Amino acid sequence: MQRSKHLHFLIYFIWGLTATAQSDVAVPLYEDFASFQKVVLHDETNQVKLINFWATWCKPCVKELPYFQQLHEKYPELPMVLVSLDKKADANGRIARFLAQRKITIPVVVLADGRANDWIDKVSPDWSGSIPATLVFNRGEKFFFETDFESMEAIEAAIDIQSLIKNK
Amino acid sequence: MSLTIITGMLISLFTLNAPIAPVALKPGDTAVDFKLKNVDGKMVSLSDFKNAKGYIIVFTCNHCPYAKLYEDRLIAINDKYSKMGYPVIAINPNDPTAEPEDSFDEMKKRAKSKGFKFPYLFDEGQKIYPQYGATRTPHVFLLNAQRVVKYIGAIDDNPNDASAVKAKYLEDAIVSLQGGKDIIPNVTKALGCSIKVKKA
Repeated sequence: MQRSKHLHFLIYFIWGLTATAQSDVAVPLYEDFASFQKVVLHDETNQVKLINFWATWCKPCVKELPYFQQLHEKYPELPMVLVSLDKKADANGRIARFLAQRKITIPVVVLADGRANDWIDKVSPDWSGSIPATLVFNRGEKFFFETDFESMEAIEAAIDIQSLIKNK
Repeated sequence: MSLTIITGMLISLFTLNAPIAPVALKPGDTAVDFKLKNVDGKMVSLSDFKNAKGYIIVFTCNHCPYAKLYEDRLIAINDKYSKMGYPVIAINPNDPTAEPEDSFDEMKKRAKSKGFKFPYLFDEGQKIYPQYGATRTPHVFLLNAQRVVKYIGAIDDNPNDASAVKAKYLEDAIVSLQGGKDIIPNVTKALGCSIKVKKA
């Protein structure tokens, strides 16, 4: 009896550890823009992708995440990626926890290259550097939005999702 | 009498309610002067600085992490350059109904706790930042004495670590302006917080 109680405790203890470990998942980290460009923006003229630049400290960014999540659930086939501009250290657990708490399941990467003046124009010459910002590739066409969206419908009104899906 | 009233009403209609077309200033353009309320309650204009050789206008705010990272650097820049005739003039462009941390009361508290020696002005009604084309905080506009834009952009190239800065864009621009040299680069970009506007 006593023994099984201990066993139960041990099982719960181990389960608790595993659960913590799972929410501490590291997300891909890019410390220089060139490597980010190669992997995330690669071959931008020939792909379909919706890329949202955000950070955990940016209130309008965090506010619009659920709208992108709704879009992700409505169109699971649409390739989407969240690019966190948080600190390098946040890639190791904090970002994953932050998104898990908000039930955001869109793939995320962290871009922690401080030399922003060298790379902002490479994302889009139209970008002044404020976030949130959203970049869309549609097979050679490139769209850029330096604004926050008020709802999933607002995203659908601004971006031709059907065309993205068709061209995927 | 009634004509005067009607004319007055018409004028106020045009001046108060006409939307200000946003302009993105470029180097070489002339920036507008303004009259904005400082944290000490007094109104401040560029024309108040009689002996200024230039103006370091910084759109900044309380809430934005990037703005906070640069507060101490702005204090140091003001300490160094205001006595040479280049004062820092900070302007909060955010609508406090959209971002309560950037209310006038919170500005007063922030200026006091950080010991700002430069004006920290409130762009009440958000009339000034669109006439500069500021899009984020912090966003710097360096003007010469005639209010001609000489440099627009970032303070330096490393928000997170002041000790690891390699390019002091703003200070280099001030030094070039002092020496009558070309400013290179005269436009830079940086990450920052969007300017907060109340949505309908």
